[in-house]
Amino acid sequence: MEELVNLFHGFAVALQPYNIMLMVLGIVLGVIIGVLPGLGGANGVAILLPLTFSMSPTSAIIMLSCIYWGALFGGAITSILFNIPGEPWSVATTFDGYPMAQQGKAGEALTAAFTSSFVGALFAVVMITLVAPLVASFALQFGPAEKFAVYFLAFCSFVGLSKEPPFKTIAAMMIGFALAAVGLDSITGQLRLTFGVTHLLNGFDFLIAVIGLFGIGEILLTMEEGLAFRGGKAKIDLRVVLQTWKELPKYWMTSLRSCFIGCWMGITPAGATPASFMSYGIAKRVAKNGKNFGKGEIEGVVAPETAAHAAGTAALLPMLSLGVPGSPTAAVLLGGLLIWGLQPGPMLFVEQKEFVWGLIASMYLGNLVGLIVVLTCVPIFAAILRVPFSIIAPLILVLCAIGAYSVHSSTFDVMLMLVFGVIGYLLKKCNYPLAPLVLAIVLGDKAEEAFRQSLLGSQGSFGIFLSNPLVSTIMILGLIALFWSVIQEGYTRLRGTVAGPGSRAA
Amino acid sequence: MKRSAYLAFGTIAALCAGGIVAPATAAWEPVRPVEFIIPAGTGGGADQMARTIQGIVTKHNLMKQPLVVINKSGGAGGEGFLDVKGSGGNPHKIIITLSNLFTTPLATGIPFNWKDLTPVAMLALDEFVLWVNADKPYKTVKDYVDAVKAAPAGSIKMGGTGSKQEDQIITVAVEKATGARFTYIPYKGGGEVAVQLVGNHVDSTVNNPIEAVAQWRGGKLRPLCVFDAQRMAYDEPIADGKAWKDIPTCKSEGLDMEYLMLRGIFMSPRATKDQVEYYIELFKKVRATPEWQEFMKSGAFNTTFLTGADYAKWVEVEEKRHQSLMKDAGFLASGN
Repeated sequence: MEELVNLFHGFAVALQPYNIMLMVLGIVLGVIIGVLPGLGGANGVAILLPLTFSMSPTSAIIMLSCIYWGALFGGAITSILFNIPGEPWSVATTFDGYPMAQQGKAGEALTAAFTSSFVGALFAVVMITLVAPLVASFALQFGPAEKFAVYFLAFCSFVGLSKEPPFKTIAAMMIGFALAAVGLDSITGQLRLTFGVTHLLNGFDFLIAVIGLFGIGEILLTMEEGLAFRGGKAKIDLRVVLQTWKELPKYWMTSLRSCFIGCWMGITPAGATPASFMSYGIAKRVAKNGKNFGKGEIEGVVAPETAAHAAGTAALLPMLSLGVPGSPTAAVLLGGLLIWGLQPGPMLFVEQKEFVWGLIASMYLGNLVGLIVVLTCVPIFAAILRVPFSIIAPLILVLCAIGAYSVHSSTFDVMLMLVFGVIGYLLKKCNYPLAPLVLAIVLGDKAEEAFRQSLLGSQGSFGIFLSNPLVSTIMILGLIALFWSVIQEGYTRLRGTVAGPGSRAA
Repeated sequence: MKRSAYLAFGTIAALCAGGIVAPATAAWEPVRPVEFIIPAGTGGGADQMARTIQGIVTKHNLMKQPLVVINKSGGAGGEGFLDVKGSGGNPHKIIITLSNLFTTPLATGIPFNWKDLTPVAMLALDEFVLWVNADKPYKTVKDYVDAVKAAPAGSIKMGGTGSKQEDQIITVAVEKATGARFTYIPYKGGGEVAVQLVGNHVDSTVNNPIEAVAQWRGGKLRPLCVFDAQRMAYDEPIADGKAWKDIPTCKSEGLDMEYLMLRGIFMSPRATKDQVEYYIELFKKVRATPEWQEFMKSGAFNTTFLTGADYAKWVEVEEKRHQSLMKDAGFLASGN
């Protein structure tokens, strides 16, 4: 009960007019940051961090965490409207969100995305409020082997999803792994595949690849198909929000499952990106309309968005209680805490009650404020699609270029983005799925690192991946997910109902 | 040819400016925003320090132009160093360094040496402490080293930040000094390393104070010794009535190894004396603020401040030392 008293005290702090003003300001800034691909929550928070040094720590963290929520919301907007994921965890949102927008259902897709984000975040905050200490100790059980098992599960639950031939899926994934391997090998400290080119020291940044593959690739495809957006019919009426809300409760099961996946991934801390992919993959398996995923199913927007937001929120828990950031943005916030003289760690909840509960209260309020702000803007966002393609396409190109540039302030990245655009176009024309490629770029080096750390620790014995109940369970779940699709496919083939060559979307 | 023309032009311009407007003290000042490069990722020790400096400069209005912090972490920081190296004659670019100033070129063979840059000032030195999990029975360095020696070779795991960087260099030096054998496991960041130790996924670490202090205060970790010639200066109790000052030096515990990490500032090549002087004055002002002193205390930093020839000499000695430490450990890239 003491927690509840603390929480209400926190609400009192967060509800001060000054703090509410900061909240709205933070959300609006965050949405703008989220809309600009490449700028990203981590960069946005890092840029604005110094501005907050003159505020009290509680006010500062309220504003910064609201920028974080805003960026989470904003990332969905460009994913759905233009197929450009502004953040890694928005990639899975494009799979069904963009087809929906093309069918003139941009308003529905945006409403579903924002509402799911809110539900996911709310679920995670409730969990933080109720079981913070318990959950924090769970995170301590995750060593390299456990982390690898989680990545393994993320890959397995995603493999076999696409309708393309398995060979093409594997080929796309391998290209992704190869791209992820460029740069510094963090285990040996050696450079790999850089061929002495300075620009390759950093490897291929995920965001550059995604902005190119999805954003530029999509513009090229649209140009070929006749210089017109296919989403022009989108309803631009606030009623669309209410209509979508009526439909959403049908997907409570998907929502709940995604919340659990998100919280788990956020705490471990594997992060929001595997959470969104895993949640999408599992929803596709389990849902009644699973076979329509990728063609514009609203459930395919609900699943990844809920999980990503639940994970993004839950990621703040290990940061506060252990000092381990669960996401890049959390890492910047962590730096902020230290500058304000707050020491994240086991003692923070004991010594800095006002700060911690003020933050938790601001998570509730910030998400609510964010939801209201973005929902009222849905018609405006949807109306963007009515602008003629010949006007909007150059704007998108500029947006992409700014995004690619701002990742590392490097013009080389802009060229790279264009190259990725052409590659994305060609791969799509040849029916290679992009999703496995992107998944491999995002998680490839992390999975590799955890795998090699595990084997270093076990002195080369693979037994480490089955050495305790936790890691064994996750690995076995992964294997089931992997072979389930093979078995299913074998079963369908036996019955002679082999799927056709498949459609483009993945 | 071109350069001397530049110089001549610059001198004339400076003379004119001096003659017409500026008072006698007219030193150089930035005329556009200054880029502050961090050759490491967001959230790490160098990043925290750079962003603290940025905050102090903004809050106390120490510069007329904005200070823009940019992370260039690619290739273990090589990206950042090469960027500054390639900005010769641009005085609006400074870089904060960590030990990767030496280790990155040595381990990866990228074409960079600290002499390519202009040294500005040493801001502080970061300490390294040997940590074990508080649940383990080891109370002293001797307890721990005996336990490592008794265990099968390589079965005791040392966690650290990065590969072939400071943490692993210290690990190898500890192995040499004691005859014990560790398996070194590299992680991405210091905070993660400390938590892996709390979760018993590794057996010891050499975390910087700021990376592990929260877990020490929470009673999860125990410091055994500090890799410095003298004890740390801070006597405010942290955990169990113990302060940083109560941690013995490793040398006094029979582990003869010293290692301190440079937190220093360099600027782009071909900077003039006036330009260097401007930044030195700036950092002197930063160091005088209460925020900076608080930051030094929270991370138990060694607050040595060096500039000019003293600083360059210190860096040169350290470079030689890293070269021999890394050579002994077999960490040098082929061709180095």
